[in-house]
Amino acid sequence: MAAAKLMHDPYNLIITGVGGQGNVLASRMLGNVLTSQGLWVTIGETFGASQRGGSVMSHLRVSEQGSWSPQIPAGKAHMVLALEPLEALRVLVKYGNPRAKAIVNSRPILPVAAIAGRTSYPATEELEGMLAQLTAQRWSIPATDRAMKLGASIFANIIMIGALAATGDLPVSREAFEAELRRALGHAKVAVNLEAYDLGVAMVGQ
Amino acid sequence: MEGQRLTMMGNQAITQGALEAGVRVAAGYPGTPSSEIIQNLAGAADEHGLYVEWSINEKVSLEVAAAASLAGLRSLCAMKQNGVNVASDFLLHLAGSGVRAGMVLVHCDDPGALSSVNEGESRHFARMLELPLLEPSDFQEAKDMTKWAFELSEEIGNLVMLRSVTRLSHASGGVVPGPIPAPGGQARFDHHGSPRDLRHGPVSSAPVGYKHRLQQEKLKRAVELFEDSPFNSYVGPESPELLVITSSICNLYVKEALALLDARDRVGVLKLGTTWPLPPKLLQRHLQRCEQVLVVEEVIPFLEENVKIAAAEMAGEIGAKKFFGKREGTLPAQGELNPDLVLKALAGILDLPYQARPAQYDRLAQELAPQATQDRELAFCPGCPHRASFWSLKEALALDDRDGFICGDIGCYSLAMRPSGYGLLKTLHAMGSGAGMASGFGQLGRFGMDQPVMAVSGDSTFYHAVIPALINAVHQKSPMSLVVLDNSGTAMTGFQPHPGTEANALGQPVPPVDIEAICRSLGAEVTVCDPFDLKATQAAAVGLLADQSTAKVLILRQLCALSPQRKGTKPYEVRVDPEKCLGDQCGCNRLCTRVFGCPGLAWEKESGKARIDEVICAGCGVCASVCPQGAIIISEGA
Repeated sequence: MAAAKLMHDPYNLIITGVGGQGNVLASRMLGNVLTSQGLWVTIGETFGASQRGGSVMSHLRVSEQGSWSPQIPAGKAHMVLALEPLEALRVLVKYGNPRAKAIVNSRPILPVAAIAGRTSYPATEELEGMLAQLTAQRWSIPATDRAMKLGASIFANIIMIGALAATGDLPVSREAFEAELRRALGHAKVAVNLEAYDLGVAMVGQ
Repeated sequence: MEGQRLTMMGNQAITQGALEAGVRVAAGYPGTPSSEIIQNLAGAADEHGLYVEWSINEKVSLEVAAAASLAGLRSLCAMKQNGVNVASDFLLHLAGSGVRAGMVLVHCDDPGALSSVNEGESRHFARMLELPLLEPSDFQEAKDMTKWAFELSEEIGNLVMLRSVTRLSHASGGVVPGPIPAPGGQARFDHHGSPRDLRHGPVSSAPVGYKHRLQQEKLKRAVELFEDSPFNSYVGPESPELLVITSSICNLYVKEALALLDARDRVGVLKLGTTWPLPPKLLQRHLQRCEQVLVVEEVIPFLEENVKIAAAEMAGEIGAKKFFGKREGTLPAQGELNPDLVLKALAGILDLPYQARPAQYDRLAQELAPQATQDRELAFCPGCPHRASFWSLKEALALDDRDGFICGDIGCYSLAMRPSGYGLLKTLHAMGSGAGMASGFGQLGRFGMDQPVMAVSGDSTFYHAVIPALINAVHQKSPMSLVVLDNSGTAMTGFQPHPGTEANALGQPVPPVDIEAICRSLGAEVTVCDPFDLKATQAAAVGLLADQSTAKVLILRQLCALSPQRKGTKPYEVRVDPEKCLGDQCGCNRLCTRVFGCPGLAWEKESGKARIDEVICAGCGVCASVCPQGAIIISEGA
């Protein structure tokens, strides 16, 4: 299969969130979709103890040439797909640059220290303002809230993938995603996941 | 899927390589980042005719795999870095006796301790025990080298060590799978020959003088093969200004750093896949073409020291070199590497400027960083039985009021060193060490120590290494208390079965070995409680602390919140009654959110009262017992 053209090679995508939100699943599915387009995908992930309520990141490197480091160098993210807004900021502070874009799920997950009152979670407007300063383009979407309406918060991952596809930055098509859904989840769950994907596409508005 | 490039996790690539080599038996003990290897092989067992087991610990797993090799079947053993320590006594003797069919030990190190309480180095075992060592540097190599490791093992008649790291095992990248041979293979252990006959005699590391010499000859044969191995490669100019010698995932960091610095025409990269013993002729060819050498590797300067020894031995031919690496501080001596650290080292040596992003943006990012990027402390999951267990142990130790403490062990419950487990663990070392150390602390009453001591252990850890420590405590009459946090599976590494579960790695029914019965048979007093019953658990724990006559066991049994049986189910619907919650007017000082600290609870600024975050709450209902006002309401059948 002829490889699709990329706007950057390697294209550096960071999927971030809090342990338990399912970013490993999202990165795997996206990785498989891009691989099926003939691209090389290298993914670095966080597993194990670090998943328990901690910040988690998946680094995806998409290339027409081969494998890259599973850790993206500082300042080199092209896109941040954040399942949690504070995590978007954390990633941009280290990996952001003036051309970086971000898709941010707007629902916060409070760190346990903030729940306990030892720290405070920034106010929504303050956080949005900081994210705006660190990105060239940014979409804030209520992915978890819409996912809950579909039946489970975990669908937020799929909504985010739909949103990413709609930006046109990476060659993710509905057909290729549907094929991956069938492969990974079996036929029964395809419809609701496609619904989530379409919701994500609509949220980015293309 | 044969022939088509797929994106595979490193551990999956290792699995694929083993399958392509016709592995027949695989065994291991779960440990991040190695667990998926045995897990994947277990998943492939039916289709490809394998026997795969999760053994009780790493040493037994190596013995199980060795038996297959001696009976003529290719075998694999997988474990994390410190697992090699556990297996090392047998490994020493196996290295001396040699193996028959190809046998590979895959050991996965965790530089940076991403999922460990150590960043132990397992490569040293290869040098110490005189075994060949391979280190794949990307995903395709992880597959290809694993396959070749079996051939090498058979060629030299000894075990081959293959080392991965977290950033390879748990990363994913392109792999083209090859054909997997058909199932089959006849097992037979031939033992009728002379003790000196390696193929047909009884198998032992003795007679030592004879076997040790043979072992070293096997290693020499491996070096001959390493000289021409395709897993060692060079990229760069004919006579580089700087030669980088690297191995493992660091090769991709070097590639990235050189691309960012645009320095590929000045620097040569010798990537070594065969890192012990080093092939001297290959090294000499490259060392004589440069004056400066940078060795890039993680954890201890293993490669660096071995290259320096080789360079000293060939100094007459190659002359003196300037070395950079960990020993003189160009690269950090602890923690994992990444492209940025390698880039910084290279930029320093080559005197190249580098700026990752515009200075103005960088300043802005640094200004925003401290305001909002607070750490997310690791915490027990919502609905985790450990939070309830440690809550009760905290209460019991406070009631006892003699400055008692808990010796920790390895598992999710190691988090109880941190606020999520109320900082209750005061020692934390190896598997089984909590019970062993408590056994020792318990003996110190004769020197005036009046603090009661407890140890905690998970169920899988109990079988792995706690049993001998508990026997010791009972037999030596040490007045310690062991609390077994039994959540019915090896939870932290992904619910692998252990000797207490009713199915094995292959999903077949097996007789569970009962922890309670073991403890009773040793003569220990045993109490069993549900940790979600805070009252009963606290009463039991207070009782344990009061009795200082003997070793006692409390088993706190409740399913892990993420276990396949429980995940996605909510035993209770939980809500806060805003009428009953007195908020900051209550004398509890926000006991639920500030002290109990479950992530499913939240403190609402607007109302100044507690609430439940329905997205996060797992519905265990324990917080209802914590609230002094009874304001947290649970209802069944959610």
